[in-house]
Amino acid sequence: MNKIKEIIKKLWQNKKTRFGLIVFSFYLIIAIIAPIIAPPYRENDPYIVKQTGFSAIPQKPSLKSPFGTTQNQYDIFYALVWGTRMIFKITAKVIIISLLIGIILGGVSGYFGGIIDEIIMRFTDIILSIPSLILAIFVIAILGPGIEKVVIAISFVWWPGYARIFRGEILKIKSMDFIKYSQMIGAKTLWIFKKHIIPNAIYNVIILASLDISNIVIIASSLSFLGLGSPPGYSDWGQIISVSRNWIISGLSSIEYSHTVVIPSLFIFFFVFSLNIISETLRDIFDPKLN
Amino acid sequence: MKRFLIRKIIFLPLTFIGITAILFFIINTLPPQTLASAYSNSEKELTSEELNTIIEKYDLKGNIIKRYLKWLSKIIKGDFGYSQTSKMSVSDSIKKYLPATIELALFSIIPIFLIGNYLGLKAARKKDTLFDKITSFTSSFLYSIPSFIIGIILLFLFYGILGIFTPARYSIETEILISSGFFKQYTGFMIIDSILNLNFRVLLDSIKHLILPSFSIFLGTSAIFIKITRNSTIEEMGKDYVRTLRAKGLDEDYIFKKHIRRNILIPQITVGGLQMIRLLSGVVITEAIFDWPGIGSFGVKAARQLDISGVMGFVIVVSALFIIGNLIIDLLYAYFDPRIKYE
Repeated sequence: MNKIKEIIKKLWQNKKTRFGLIVFSFYLIIAIIAPIIAPPYRENDPYIVKQTGFSAIPQKPSLKSPFGTTQNQYDIFYALVWGTRMIFKITAKVIIISLLIGIILGGVSGYFGGIIDEIIMRFTDIILSIPSLILAIFVIAILGPGIEKVVIAISFVWWPGYARIFRGEILKIKSMDFIKYSQMIGAKTLWIFKKHIIPNAIYNVIILASLDISNIVIIASSLSFLGLGSPPGYSDWGQIISVSRNWIISGLSSIEYSHTVVIPSLFIFFFVFSLNIISETLRDIFDPKLN
Repeated sequence: MKRFLIRKIIFLPLTFIGITAILFFIINTLPPQTLASAYSNSEKELTSEELNTIIEKYDLKGNIIKRYLKWLSKIIKGDFGYSQTSKMSVSDSIKKYLPATIELALFSIIPIFLIGNYLGLKAARKKDTLFDKITSFTSSFLYSIPSFIIGIILLFLFYGILGIFTPARYSIETEILISSGFFKQYTGFMIIDSILNLNFRVLLDSIKHLILPSFSIFLGTSAIFIKITRNSTIEEMGKDYVRTLRAKGLDEDYIFKKHIRRNILIPQITVGGLQMIRLLSGVVITEAIFDWPGIGSFGVKAARQLDISGVMGFVIVVSALFIIGNLIIDLLYAYFDPRIKYE
């Protein structure tokens, strides 16, 4: 815990990263207070975008809809705010699931070694040899589209990376003396695992997991942009970009309503940008050689 | 070197078998009725009775390993089944769509290498000047923009507002020309075909359509290449041998051309190569934005419509390209850096 505090302190000292942290917490706050700043449009499912009509011509920002509306009158502000909440939910779920699988399989692989290690590591090699977006598309094609399916698909392509790192950490710790002593005095494998190995190895894995958060965000929104994510009409960053694209392709677009493209783009960009700044500094702290 | 080559070539089919095995086991979580559609060879076979005969014929409720081996032998022969989305066999669809993707990829990779190399070297030589700062800021800025946002903004600017470039691979006139049979498609690569047909109007037309999507890929992916060129050049400039060369009184341009450039080739190949591979999967998004009829568009369309054989063919082909790309990078790496002896 102290180590994490120290890292946050270091992050805060860097001016560029401080900007990133502020922007990131801004998004986090939006995600938390979404029900207050954008009251749910449908009570049973707040993620359904507020739709104020069906006209094909977007509307400019007004008091009623601060960011204006897109084609088919989807409220951009509503979609972005609830989309933020959605992306936080998806990312958190993906990280938790893939960390869990990665830690369990990486741990088993690293601790026991031998044939189990060989099998698990070859399996991760194979998954890592397929481009993650492509494999995620494949998994969704089998499961069918949907938000939960996006979580499953991304977790499926994400855990091998964590498993590898965790296995490496375990191999390092396993050879340390204190583990050998515990084994000598007759401690059970599971106990050693719980008491010694996980607390020592997990720290690096969590730091490394936080480095690629922006990639999860990009893959999740890419999938929904491709029409493989949430069903139509949901608050979802990828989907609002897809709606804007349809508007441009339909030939009705004009510079007058450029907010339908510019606002969502900037909104998504700043989030990814802040995450990238933070992870760049984290990487420097973690591996000073790279600098 | 020889040993390394042999090892790599032995591992290539093994990885391929591993990939197909995992994909096969994933699709086998589907109910037999849906699964059967992956075995059909034409539209007629997609009725429920026909599907039942397929289930029996291929023993879809039977032993999975036996079925996998049977299926693998089909795949190796290039028989991926029938794709419902493109209304033709999967291997024909791949033959139709893959050239478009390769054309787009080449059209973006070459500028990335040329311009990225130029900008990176120049930034390194002018380290800490305004030029260097602008280049590195712009590239790290562009790197943070997700590819679908770069694409949508370019599309809006150049198609929606200015109307200079249009999406798709060619204009309607060219499409009519192709369907009328006066324009023969020898290779599937529009640029090569139009030269072979001696039709320069089509050549111009296809180049015009290539500009926007390849520019979009260029903006998104050149950043890393610029960065790696710059950083490795700076690192190389500080090395002892460069100091010796300077002390000998050699011309700075000569040192760059003959010594530094050659030494930074290695990071450029490894990183540049990985870029190409990243490009392969990012191209799916770019194709979707610009209506580019490539393998990515085909795969996504198939994925949306539960066209299992289509998606399967798509993933297998892309993964195969991926493995081959990795192999090429390894080989180039070993070739350019003789110090590396793979044991």
